[in-house]
Amino acid sequence: MTELLRFRHVVYRNYRVWRKLLAASVVGNLLDPLFWLVGLGFGLGSLLPSVGGMRYLEFLGSGMICYGVMYSTSFEGLWSAFTRLKQQRTWEGILHAPMTVTDIVVGEWVWAALKGVLSGVAILTVMAALGLVRTPMALLALPVMLLTGLAFAGIALVITALARTYDHFVYYFTLFITPMMLVSGVFFPTAQLPRAVQLVAQVLPLSHATQLARGLVLGRPIHNAAGHVLALVLIAIVGVLLARWLTARRLR
Amino acid sequence: MLTVQSLRKNFGELEVVRGVSFEVGAGECYGLLGPNGAGKTTTLRCCLGLTAPDSGSITLDSLPVPARAREARARIGVVPQFDNLDPDFTVRENLRMYGRYFGLSRAEVAQRVPWLLDYAGLADKADAQIEALSGGMKRRLTIARALVNDPRVLFLDEPTTGLDPQARHVVWERLKRLLGEGRTIILTTHFMDEAQRLCDRVAIMDHGVFLAEAPPHELIEREIEPVVIEVFGDGLGAWFDAHARRLATRAELSGDTAFCYCRDPEPLLATLAGEPELRVLRRSANLEDVFLKLTGRDLRD
Repeated sequence: MTELLRFRHVVYRNYRVWRKLLAASVVGNLLDPLFWLVGLGFGLGSLLPSVGGMRYLEFLGSGMICYGVMYSTSFEGLWSAFTRLKQQRTWEGILHAPMTVTDIVVGEWVWAALKGVLSGVAILTVMAALGLVRTPMALLALPVMLLTGLAFAGIALVITALARTYDHFVYYFTLFITPMMLVSGVFFPTAQLPRAVQLVAQVLPLSHATQLARGLVLGRPIHNAAGHVLALVLIAIVGVLLARWLTARRLR
Repeated sequence: MLTVQSLRKNFGELEVVRGVSFEVGAGECYGLLGPNGAGKTTTLRCCLGLTAPDSGSITLDSLPVPARAREARARIGVVPQFDNLDPDFTVRENLRMYGRYFGLSRAEVAQRVPWLLDYAGLADKADAQIEALSGGMKRRLTIARALVNDPRVLFLDEPTTGLDPQARHVVWERLKRLLGEGRTIILTTHFMDEAQRLCDRVAIMDHGVFLAEAPPHELIEREIEPVVIEVFGDGLGAWFDAHARRLATRAELSGDTAFCYCRDPEPLLATLAGEPELRVLRRSANLEDVFLKLTGRDLRD
């Protein structure tokens, strides 16, 4: 059993580093969504009294939870992980100990997802403070956040294993993350989009995550919940396996 | 401690290691010497199970590698060529965290850290950031970090590359202390003085094969003439053609210096008495001469 849990050393290492920057990290995690919610939510929200039967602030907040998870997780799985892989050679050092590539990739995967959960929790906290959370069901958004984090961490670590420089991550953000953010129903309902875009948007990980989180946080029915969970699980598992294979190939 | 048999490793078309066999006994210091690109680091990485060989067998501390490489790594220490100390941690935290990767408990590591700090000569720098350390201090810390699990075997990849002479001597002294404790050391280097000073046996490697393997002094006696006469100055060419080729056992012109390898240097030295323009250096042959004879003087880039 301890064999399988060796990845915890990698999680612990990253946690120890993160703890040194705890204050800045928590303040940033809380202030960023607060600004977005207050700015967009109250500003734009005053023009849109109701979106799909929700107050715009509710709609936006519940969407931003997954957006926050995606953003934090991706940043950790790309820039931070790549720094440990290439600039600092941290992974090389860990491999000289009785650790394996699998331990490292799984550790980074879990850690990046946990960083995402932290952002999601911060947004949920801000929403609660603004009186936007009314059901204890909202706590069920936590496992959804973790699953969302694992899905995006898997993809990010695949990109990291393939990247030669930090510049490659800009492509990933410009070509994948940003368009996905716009069509996955975070800021406005996908029903507004052309049919073709909707079809593509449906299969994107952020769409699955947003629909699950929105339903749970606001206590609304979720259409095809099992399908969304399955899709995220699939992306997470395929991502981490592919990342493990690519990283082993790169480090051999 | 380490047995390597017929090791081969290709990277695509490139044959990096082409059939290498050697054995290192307990308590021995074994040096892998070779120019850049000779295959030293790849051989080392195969021994650690970080790269899978294409063929051949490796046994490290009675464990087959790569099959049980992870277990083998639990009992050995590794000092990489490039520093990979964790810049996000202090000196002490680096040692503590590294102990974690070995599955050591907090208490076990805590007990070991003072000894490691003392060994590295960094007791007063325990709470310093890594970037505040000099190159020599980082190297010593990296070696101390490799000792966190009290290993019986230590692998070092070019342990003193990039250090100033003072720092190199300190590292050598620290490594000798480990040998004195009965630990086994396997190192790669392209510094011949380092090999001569530390190693009980050395192997000279080039283009993926061993060219020679023996204790350093034996290698010098066996492979090369005992005396070297170096000559440089105006009129070198004419003197070289007239005398060196004939009187030295072996003579080479490299740049503006002639290297004459002799069993009996007196006849050659006599011809130099009449050449006031030429400057002469007489010295004993060393490991570097053997190395250059076996691997050639061509630049490796």
